[in-house]
Amino acid sequence: MTDAKAFPLNAWYAAAWDHEIGRALTPRRICDRDVVLYRRTDGGVAALEDACWHRLLPLSLGHLKGDQVMCGYHGLVFDAAGRCTFMPAQETINPSACVRAFPAVERYRLVWLWMGDPALADPDLVPDFHWNSDAPWVGEGGTFYGLKCDYRLVIDNLMDLTHETYVHAGSIGDDAITRSPFEVTHTDRQVTVERWMEGIEPPPFWARLLGKPGHVDRWQIIRFEAPSVVAGDVGVALAGTGARTGDRAQGVNGFFLAAITPETATSCHYFWNFVRNFRTDDAELTKALTRAHVNDGKGVYDQDHDVLEAQQRAIDRQPRQPFYNLNIDAGAL
Amino acid sequence: MTQPTEWRPARLRSSRALTPDIRLLEIEPSVRAAPVPPGSHLGVAVMIGERPDTRSYSLLDSAADGLYRIAVKRLRDSRGGSAYMHGLAPGARLSIAGPRNHFGLALGRPGYLLVAGGIGITPLHAMALALHQAGAPFRLLYAARTRQDLALADTLRARIGDRLLTFADADGARIDLPAAIAALAPGAEAYVCGPYGMMEAARRAWGEAGRPAQALRFETFGTGGRHATEPFTVRIPRLGKEIAVSRTQTLLEALEAAGVGMIHDCRRGECGLCTVKILAVDGTVDHRDVFFSEAQKATNAQLCTCVSRVVGGGITIDTADRTG
Repeated sequence: MTDAKAFPLNAWYAAAWDHEIGRALTPRRICDRDVVLYRRTDGGVAALEDACWHRLLPLSLGHLKGDQVMCGYHGLVFDAAGRCTFMPAQETINPSACVRAFPAVERYRLVWLWMGDPALADPDLVPDFHWNSDAPWVGEGGTFYGLKCDYRLVIDNLMDLTHETYVHAGSIGDDAITRSPFEVTHTDRQVTVERWMEGIEPPPFWARLLGKPGHVDRWQIIRFEAPSVVAGDVGVALAGTGARTGDRAQGVNGFFLAAITPETATSCHYFWNFVRNFRTDDAELTKALTRAHVNDGKGVYDQDHDVLEAQQRAIDRQPRQPFYNLNIDAGAL
Repeated sequence: MTQPTEWRPARLRSSRALTPDIRLLEIEPSVRAAPVPPGSHLGVAVMIGERPDTRSYSLLDSAADGLYRIAVKRLRDSRGGSAYMHGLAPGARLSIAGPRNHFGLALGRPGYLLVAGGIGITPLHAMALALHQAGAPFRLLYAARTRQDLALADTLRARIGDRLLTFADADGARIDLPAAIAALAPGAEAYVCGPYGMMEAARRAWGEAGRPAQALRFETFGTGGRHATEPFTVRIPRLGKEIAVSRTQTLLEALEAAGVGMIHDCRRGECGLCTVKILAVDGTVDHRDVFFSEAQKATNAQLCTCVSRVVGGGITIDTADRTG
């Protein structure tokens, strides 16, 4: 983690929840580039460089005219492909005048942008995030925009859940996590960390959701897809009922989902969700789970938020190679 | 506010003739070239006699192997740049700038028409390769004076097949622009690079087909017009000056050399900053810019001094210089 800019540009990054992008011009910084997002009249999402070709005023300060953006300074107009369609006080348009248009796709309730070579922007390369949108999984989700840490610190956080014991004691944290062995496997684009804690006392969060007394088998199967998506298959089932060999009928199962997008070298946008496949009609439970994760500074993710930003501040002040690695870090490495 | 040009060292790897007056040059930068988007051009420092100058050449491909490839036509009307480039031997040291791109190819359109005239094939060669690789629907119509002048056509045909259609004036073959445009899907884009007359014809046909102006893409370096390049004189009565513009100078360069204060930026007939008022014309104004509309050019009220010229005499103008 020593290089200043370690985000690959030829990748799809989550830029917004689909419901956030409408007919307003939404500015967002992605991979150190200013982008303006808006919805076209045909329903698709357009993403342009947020700087007018002429004097670099952010186009997000202008306004939409149909599918085109008019700059709020001198009235230049750009279409959704970034082509200039109007120049003030002349009868022609300078053929060089354009702004960059970034490939955008909507998938899994998120808007994904490709910041690198557009010729390589294959929608089939959008990371698998289907738990965020597809039945039977249900959850609300949210975003920490502008989280003040390198996006890789979030991945580091999620790929080693040992931290739950110390950061999230009282909800999902438990000494059993630190005592249990784990297995790390990987392909060229994916890493999986699998950890089973068998015959343990369930931590409070899971005990409430399971709603049954007794010991449990607990699992954490965390899957990372390069460069920045994590999906964690987590849950508990009554001990010895076969969860580890594939029968989760006596348990409860959820996925924590994270799409982490570099904003700058030292800040990121963290799109998160916690989805479940039980009590899916229970809107109160959905709200309660969202509150458990983010709750005005008191949720599980708020605790991570504090740690991650403090960690980045420490890195910024430390002249030494920032990290020593432990055995528990294999998933993140 | 224009960024200063950063020059980098490079070496001419090879130079070979493609046609009697077009050479293919391979340039190896001292730091391996990064991939280049189609439509990009390279700046090259040249010597015109004893005077240093710069020229821009479109790149033929994405430089995937780390080499910049350009094709240079030796022009009869040359101001000296193409003669210099043709005279370089392999191993020659060069200064290069960029690449930069004013002629970007947008992917994802429902169709593409590429139209090349003569040496205008160079940026469209790179675009055709990129579109072919992307599996996009496109056609490249390529016209030249004779079959022999169709540089790069054979190698290109081997790669893109019958998407390439060639036309030789000498055989009486002409591109039917209205028909080619009519065959395009709605929302398609056209990219044109060629002599002034071809670009003008393309703009007219595109407009008459009712297609949006921004979907016709073209690039101009302002090096050709409707007439041959010849010397002419320019008179500025208010400043009491009469200046000779040589065949190898632009009007803007001649005015600057004579101490007339000029405002300018792009130097390729696009931005409209170097325009002056025409008071009288002795001869014909050869408007070579893309800043003025056809209607404005017809009134002969102003001209772009960076590219436009006069044939058959001279011109009387007034400028914005009020220092006198």
